[in-house]
Amino acid sequence: MTRLSLQVNGENRFVENIDPSTPLLWVLRDHLGLVGTKYGCGKGLCGSCTVHVGGKAMRSCSLPVSSAADQEITTIEGLAKSNEELHPLQDAWIEQDVPQCGYCQAGQLMSAAALLKEKPKPNNTDIDAAMSGNICRCGTYQRIRKAIHSVAEKGGVA
Amino acid sequence: MKNDFDVFDPIPDVDLPSFLIEKEDRTFDPMPRRRFLKMAGVAGGGLALAFAFGNGERPEPLAVSDGSGGFSPNAYIKIGNDGNVTIAAKNPEVGQGVKTFLPMIVAEELDVAWGSVTVEQSEIDGDRFGRQSAGGSQSTPRNWDPLRMAGATARAMLVAIAAKQWGVSKKQCNTSEGFVINSQDGSRLSYGELADAAAKLPLPDEKSIQLKERSEYKILGKWIPGVDNHAIVTGQPLFGYDQVLPGMVYAVYVKCPIFGAKVKSANLEKVKALPGVIDAFSLEGDGSAESLMPGVAILAESTYEAFQAEKQLVVEWGSSEFDQESWGGFSTEAAKLAKEPAAQSDEKGDFSGAQESASKTIEAFYTYPFLSHANMEPQNCTAWFKEGKMEVWAPTQNPQRIAALLSGLLKIEESSVVVNQLRIGGGFGRRLMNDFAAEACAIAHRIDKPVKLVWTREADMAHDLYRVGGFHQMTGTLDDSGKWTGLKDHFITFSQKDQRPAKPVKGGNASGASMQLPAIPNVSFGKTFLPLNTPTGWWRAPGSCSLAWVFQSFVHEMAVAAGRDHFDFLLEQLGEPRWLEEGNRRSLNTARAIDVIKLAAEKSDWSKPIPEGRGRGLSFYFSHLGYFAEVAELTVSETNHVTIDRVVVVGDVGMLLNKSGGENQVEGSVVDAISTLAGQEITVENGAVQQSNFHDYPLLRMASQPPIEIHWIETDNSPTGLGEPAFPPLTAAVTNAIFDATGKRIRTMPISKEGFTI
Ligand code: FES
Ligand code: FES
Repeated sequence: MTRLSLQVNGENRFVENIDPSTPLLWVLRDHLGLVGTKYGCGKGLCGSCTVHVGGKAMRSCSLPVSSAADQEITTIEGLAKSNEELHPLQDAWIEQDVPQCGYCQAGQLMSAAALLKEKPKPNNTDIDAAMSGNICRCGTYQRIRKAIHSVAEKGGVA
Repeated sequence: MKNDFDVFDPIPDVDLPSFLIEKEDRTFDPMPRRRFLKMAGVAGGGLALAFAFGNGERPEPLAVSDGSGGFSPNAYIKIGNDGNVTIAAKNPEVGQGVKTFLPMIVAEELDVAWGSVTVEQSEIDGDRFGRQSAGGSQSTPRNWDPLRMAGATARAMLVAIAAKQWGVSKKQCNTSEGFVINSQDGSRLSYGELADAAAKLPLPDEKSIQLKERSEYKILGKWIPGVDNHAIVTGQPLFGYDQVLPGMVYAVYVKCPIFGAKVKSANLEKVKALPGVIDAFSLEGDGSAESLMPGVAILAESTYEAFQAEKQLVVEWGSSEFDQESWGGFSTEAAKLAKEPAAQSDEKGDFSGAQESASKTIEAFYTYPFLSHANMEPQNCTAWFKEGKMEVWAPTQNPQRIAALLSGLLKIEESSVVVNQLRIGGGFGRRLMNDFAAEACAIAHRIDKPVKLVWTREADMAHDLYRVGGFHQMTGTLDDSGKWTGLKDHFITFSQKDQRPAKPVKGGNASGASMQLPAIPNVSFGKTFLPLNTPTGWWRAPGSCSLAWVFQSFVHEMAVAAGRDHFDFLLEQLGEPRWLEEGNRRSLNTARAIDVIKLAAEKSDWSKPIPEGRGRGLSFYFSHLGYFAEVAELTVSETNHVTIDRVVVVGDVGMLLNKSGGENQVEGSVVDAISTLAGQEITVENGAVQQSNFHDYPLLRMASQPPIEIHWIETDNSPTGLGEPAFPPLTAAVTNAIFDATGKRIRTMPISKEGFTI
């Protein structure tokens, strides 16, 4: 059991008394109260738990918290610049009315945000590749694709 | 002309859980029909209307207070004297968009700007809101009239008070976007300014209330994004799994993989000593999969510690007489039974006669598997037993059933149960059953802290109430001219193990009417039951989701055998455009069916030749009061990989209430149906389910998503729901297209069984 210091959404957070092999997902949710990151499978199969670690999309259910300790972590709660200024993908998600149940969408957004950072103008194959780890049980893929393209067309996430 | 075989019983169990059927509103004894309404001032002034809706088509005005003022948080409409308009969303939101489109109905008739409305999820309160559930695509048909009346009544009262203040007649007053306008001099009063005075008016006579014409709609039919979108995309705690209460503990509940086996012993002491574990105990339960099965509860300080402790739990389970149950066994048995006479059967005309005089007879055996719901949010529930009261935060599609469940299980007075509604990470019928709530409450009942019961994905898949599988031995006869003369189905379905006499499990019923081929003169529909221990439940379009595949595939088989164009042949089997039972909207209206099929053919270029190597398939089904015809166009590679190039959907649900939300349901239904076709099956072996997570129960992913084109036929019929009816036709459209491309007929689902991938 250890004390860990984490960099989450630009803030320093401390977690006491934690088994360092605990997946980052559960530290975020149960210890830090950041429940926007979702549990779907616990096995890296569904993408619901996607967050950014060191700027890359990672499945937090399969990442021991200790290995994220020195890196910058961004969760869905920290994706927007501020309450007033959402990330362009969040705006596009609202505009295209992407969510159905909404449960997978935090993970979808985090994967899409990482994609646009790397490839500001992704084609369909890029989107398929970047988003293939994210399942949507409700079947919102057509709109996710449209929303990503619409942000890219408007000048990306810069 | 009425044909009894095709409408003899509007298949109550096929489409809808019987407790959801409009005319059989049995869940509640509707409160005494009090035909009065009293106004209660909103806190700080204003107008609040509360209606209670029984099973009738009209709102039941309900006294919300003695009229001396006060706040009524569960009223459908609250208008503050500051002009704020709040509309209550009464039903559980599972992703079907109901939290947006029901308030849209109220807002339309109230005549306010949608942008000015705040939507609030309501409490569970049958007296004020009538039926509150999400299932059977029933929210639309059930609430259409009452919610329009709720909005229109409020508007009428605002008009009345404005007219009085101006000293003009009501006829002289119009409304627009939250204002009453004096048409003579153009002066305006906002609803906020009128609210306090309107609150003192008597209720107008229901008959005097005028509803808008469709042509006057400004909100309904438009593209309106979901009201929770902002909260969703910013990661707000909306879902059951996100609930946190002060001092809350986390629990897992472990049941025997063989359904219903009892706990003989468990290493509870060892488990209790594990890090973070607070307690562990076994529960006997009542043995019902829809309530509480026997199992072991582990309570811990965090989700992860509970999950980890579960891995160390060793249970010796009692024996079960069902430890040999297997899908393989059912399949063998069904193939054998299919050749024997059915246990029950219904006849129209003379099928044997048709068979004797047939010039061609086609036989085919269709099989579809059990399926899991695989809701993205695994089952969970939070409960707090405090001072004799049980408060529950349940992601349930069926909140009003929890109190009765608990009164039976835990002997808690129904009036001591409070259920809070949450946004739900996927329903698909799974959450019409409240087993997770029974578990959470049974655990909470034993301790003095709030408990959040969390299911692992593995538990979710191993302890679902599954979409039932089934088998159909189909026989069809053609005469010399290629006319379809006779049709026989021997349906091998399931009955819950100790059900005497046998009766179909949830989603496992069908009748001659389910075939939706009323022009075939000689039909025999038989059923035989296999006893089943594996729990089954409602699914997306339960019944229809599998039946449509069988019947619409067989129509294509018959068309091919007859050497006929599938489109012409399908229309021929529907016969004259008519309602099979005039006025019963649960019976098939062949005119609406024909119209959607024709438009689907037109939009998909049905009559044009298709490029080499491609296939095109058509299908139609009527379910949940909605009419859908769908065409899939696809390419099959040499390795039998199917790429769906295009899906055309044509629907008639009367009118579309929310263009965005409605089309979301269609897109979702198409994806869902392709998922089931591609590779989903739940198999039982030695009494237990073999699949455990998304690696062996795959869901469709982004790359396999086909482009979907949606077209609507708007008819004068009142609008009906969209959670389900776009699903059933899709599977046969795809497998018919695979036949068109390859000549290979798929009669077993999923298609991975036949060597295809999507
Ligand atoms: S919960 Fe992490 S990938 Fe599914
Ligand atoms: S929106 Fe429901 S799982 Fe994606």
